[in-house]
Amino acid sequence: MLASVALLITEQRGQQLDFLRATLSFFIEPLKHLVDMPSVLIEQTNNTVNSYAALKKDNERLREDQLIHQTRLLKLEALEKENIRLRALLENSFKLGEQVLIAELLSIKMAPYEHILVVNKGTRFGVHPQQPVLDANGVVGQVFRALPLSSEIMLITDPNHAIPVQVNRNGLLTIAVGSGQLNRLILPFLPSNADIRPGDLLITSGLGGTFPQGYPVAVVDEFTSQPNKAFASITATPSAKLDRNRELMIVWSKSTPVPLIAKPPSPETAGTEDAHK
Amino acid sequence: MPINNYYGFGRIILSIAVAMCLRIAPWPFDLAIYNPDWVLMVLIYWSITFPERVGIFHAWTFGLFTDVLTGRLLGQYALAYSLVIYICLKLHKRLRRFPLLQQELFIFCCLLLSQLLLFLIKNLQHPAQLHATFWWPVLTGTLCWPVVHTLLRFVRLSKPVNKD
Repeated sequence: MLASVALLITEQRGQQLDFLRATLSFFIEPLKHLVDMPSVLIEQTNNTVNSYAALKKDNERLREDQLIHQTRLLKLEALEKENIRLRALLENSFKLGEQVLIAELLSIKMAPYEHILVVNKGTRFGVHPQQPVLDANGVVGQVFRALPLSSEIMLITDPNHAIPVQVNRNGLLTIAVGSGQLNRLILPFLPSNADIRPGDLLITSGLGGTFPQGYPVAVVDEFTSQPNKAFASITATPSAKLDRNRELMIVWSKSTPVPLIAKPPSPETAGTEDAHK
Repeated sequence: MPINNYYGFGRIILSIAVAMCLRIAPWPFDLAIYNPDWVLMVLIYWSITFPERVGIFHAWTFGLFTDVLTGRLLGQYALAYSLVIYICLKLHKRLRRFPLLQQELFIFCCLLLSQLLLFLIKNLQHPAQLHATFWWPVLTGTLCWPVVHTLLRFVRLSKPVNKD
């Protein structure tokens, strides 16, 4: 009894117990995979029974997508160069280049009321707490706790999570707080006369240092302004598909050490835009 | 008999592992808030049935595992479980003779106590608003007790755990 109280206090104070948690998690790990098994099996059978025609159609569509994206990328590169030049003129630093690791979700619910996911990559792959996590459409959340074989990811919609954002249209800075619902973020700190409209895209502002700048976070919902109140009550819908994705990307920004460049067991790792200085 | 004991203990661990799986199973959201504390219920059952085999230490250890499993502050489930199991061990002789309804009442108190402890610890950690639904697992756990009880008795009797 005393031991558990002592444990509670030490854990609250700092990180001395990470080792204990890591050791214990080795025993727990098989359970997580066991619980995850049904969904994996369903997915696999789905993949197996997919017809040839459907696969071919899929392939064609993906190829077209690829082409479109490639052309867009060409333009993007030119823009990026231009951006760097302009930044240099302004004597402004610009962070470029992130490394990503693709992690797969385990379908586990750790606790109700908390939007915390578990993915199958942990400290063995160099994952560390407070790393940003993205999907193809936007910011998903950040690594909350990294265990050796898995890590826990807190979604941006968790009630305890807040993410610094800016309005893409005019650069207005604010903070988006999780609401506890998977399809909603709250913007509680905007005055009612702020220049923000329904449909505005919110991107990460890069303040706070956790999230790299410029990734889409959410789109502002319809709202009616209430001039009699000091703060507007504005909500936004996350652009990432928080409830549908199985693959997530864990991101290393350049400011943090990148430990896994030459590691063989991670073929998914791809330095995205590392070519630039 | 040591070998027999070992076999019986394996069964206990297995049942707790199943309970842990149930604990983190991905229920659809509206069901997740009703998900009762399976691990504690299984522990209570075993501690009442085999008080000489499942003690406070085991409760504490499995509590620690549950902490890691559910990503809580290390030690809070350990504390709650060991306290509840302590009470169960003190009362196990009486509890075994209770009719089911009375047992349910006791289980309700146990689950409530554990949830209350978790609530207190959570509050100490950082005061947060909690929905009233936080207390649902206590009720659903109580309702699930007959199922757990019957299943575990089936597990126990399928091949006697303690033959002496």
